[in-house]
Amino acid sequence: MNNAVIIKNISKKFGEVTALDNVSFNIRKNTIFGLVGPDGAGKTTLIRIMCSLLKADNGEIEFTGMNIKKGSRKIKNEIGYLSQKFSLYTDLTVDENIQFIADIHGVTDFNNRRDELLQFTRLKDFRNFQAGKLSGGMKQKLALACTLIYRPKIIFLDEPTTGVDPVSRREFWIILSGLLKDDITIFISTPYMDEAERFNYIVMMNNGHIISEGTPDEIKKALNMSVVEVVCSPVRDAYNILRKIEQADVQMFGDRLNIVFKGMGADETGIESILTENNITVTDIRKKIPSLENVFIELMKSKDT
Amino acid sequence: MNIIKLFISKEFRQFLRDPKMFVVVLIAPVIQLIFLGYAANRDLNFVNTAVYDMDKSGKSRELIRDLEGSGFFKIENIANNYNEVESDLDNAKVLCGIVIPDDFEKKLLSKRTADIQIIFDGSDGNKASIASGYIANILESFSKDVSIAIVDRSGIKISFTGNVTPETRVWYNPNLTTRNFMLPSIVGLILIIITINLTSLAIVKEREVGTLEQLIVTPIRPYQMIIGKLVPFSIMGFVAIILVLSVMRFWFGIEVKGSLGFLFLSSFFFMLSTLGLGLFVSTISRTQQQAMITSAFLVIMPMIFLSGFSFPIESMPQAIQYITYLVPLRYFIIIIRGIVLKGLGFADLWQEVAVLFMMGVFIMLISSLRFKKNLE
Repeated sequence: MNNAVIIKNISKKFGEVTALDNVSFNIRKNTIFGLVGPDGAGKTTLIRIMCSLLKADNGEIEFTGMNIKKGSRKIKNEIGYLSQKFSLYTDLTVDENIQFIADIHGVTDFNNRRDELLQFTRLKDFRNFQAGKLSGGMKQKLALACTLIYRPKIIFLDEPTTGVDPVSRREFWIILSGLLKDDITIFISTPYMDEAERFNYIVMMNNGHIISEGTPDEIKKALNMSVVEVVCSPVRDAYNILRKIEQADVQMFGDRLNIVFKGMGADETGIESILTENNITVTDIRKKIPSLENVFIELMKSKDT
Repeated sequence: MNIIKLFISKEFRQFLRDPKMFVVVLIAPVIQLIFLGYAANRDLNFVNTAVYDMDKSGKSRELIRDLEGSGFFKIENIANNYNEVESDLDNAKVLCGIVIPDDFEKKLLSKRTADIQIIFDGSDGNKASIASGYIANILESFSKDVSIAIVDRSGIKISFTGNVTPETRVWYNPNLTTRNFMLPSIVGLILIIITINLTSLAIVKEREVGTLEQLIVTPIRPYQMIIGKLVPFSIMGFVAIILVLSVMRFWFGIEVKGSLGFLFLSSFFFMLSTLGLGLFVSTISRTQQQAMITSAFLVIMPMIFLSGFSFPIESMPQAIQYITYLVPLRYFIIIIRGIVLKGLGFADLWQEVAVLFMMGVFIMLISSLRFKKNLE
């Protein structure tokens, strides 16, 4: 079996609100698997269900190839969970936090592994600091080190890079990719589409539904679209004008517009002439490969209509 | 077992790093005890009194002398008119005003009943009733003396009929000081604060920070978490008891008459219910503020009011009295007063101890189940 986890028909309601509606997918072993979607898509709910912090109303989650009997407590030694706020004991030191988690999991000879992890996360110089005194990025790395001390088979990270500075974020990604060689499956949720490009496999969610899944390339190709990016001013007028074009869709990103064409027929010269006819200064115009963000916005629009 | 030990050592490590906890567990009990030791003083050593003597006769002066001589009354003001007495009472300068009418001696000598007016400041009913008791005693012996004098003077030899005179002895607290009565119960109050308040706060803190959720994902079992969380607080409870008893002994000179072992055992039974309540509060509070308010206003304060700590249960309305049977502190205060002041043992207090134990087990069971259910 190549799947680490099989998720079958998971549904969850909070009162009248449907957080997850019949969600099914497989998590392949030894991949960085991304759960992508805006706030409120149901990402956290799904992760909490997978870590058995929440009970699903319906459906099943199967951990495969992990030597786990159903309902066994052993599963808790095989999975790691990093919640959105890095839950550490702020009044214990870096070393003590790691030791505590190791102890609870019955790991006795953790010293070497701890040194290795501290080296790996560059926290070695801070090992005697209380966790509360660390910066956000360091807390996040410490939380990760705590999780890795007992060598879980799969780790679930709930928006690990939210609220972390870009430098730490980059570093964190490097650390994560380094983990794959240890035969670990990494499951990450994120609201950032740019981050999603790094995943091996993505499930895109919105409002409790899966709207697309596949590798980043597959997802982009599946939509079969092409994009023209224009930097122009006044951008708002340009937006209103271009919206009238039948066969394309306009997305606004600050000072630039992305015009999304169905199929490969992106026509940048046509667009440029329309804009100049309407007295709009075009600073830059070019074709580009659709980003996941373009795809996501398109998918959301098509769901709405 | 190992995991529990780990958890406990983690708790203590955190405790030692939190100066606030140190203050709450070690300093606050001592301060509270000392303050209460001096403040909880409902003894009436002397009654400030204003006297308006309209009679200014030998007999009226004799009465005033008797009042002063009793040692209970301090004549603050010999008033010149009625208004002075009134204003002294209004300003709380005196607790008691005595007005002797101008025909006092005349009436007494003509073998008639003489009235005097005694006015109390009743805003503290307790003090007023004690003072009126004092006066009644003094007046009784004064009238007796007057009658004897009259009989003597009449030259008739009669023997008085037998008379009942109470010879009062007060046991357990011979000086009738409130302090002796109040201080042992402080042990109960301190335990409540440490075990209900701090326990619920500590658990809710883990929930707030998210470490509780993190623990759920680990193989640790709910019962290990409960024991790991509660044992440190019961140990702190015992430390506080020893502290309180030492201050009681060496500062206020109140010795524990009964067995210390029995005292600790019943304290442990009491802590079963309070730790259980702390655990329960933690299951219904999302934030530390909520836990603080819930434990203080919904649990601790009603518990103290209904325990007989400061208001005697016997004088509560019947319906309220029934409610007090549900308050663990009620039994613990009876036990601790019994052990400390009367030297009672298990043979005398077994009923209270049994009730306390059963309540403890019951509350602990319910709370643990709720805590466990909350985790799932």
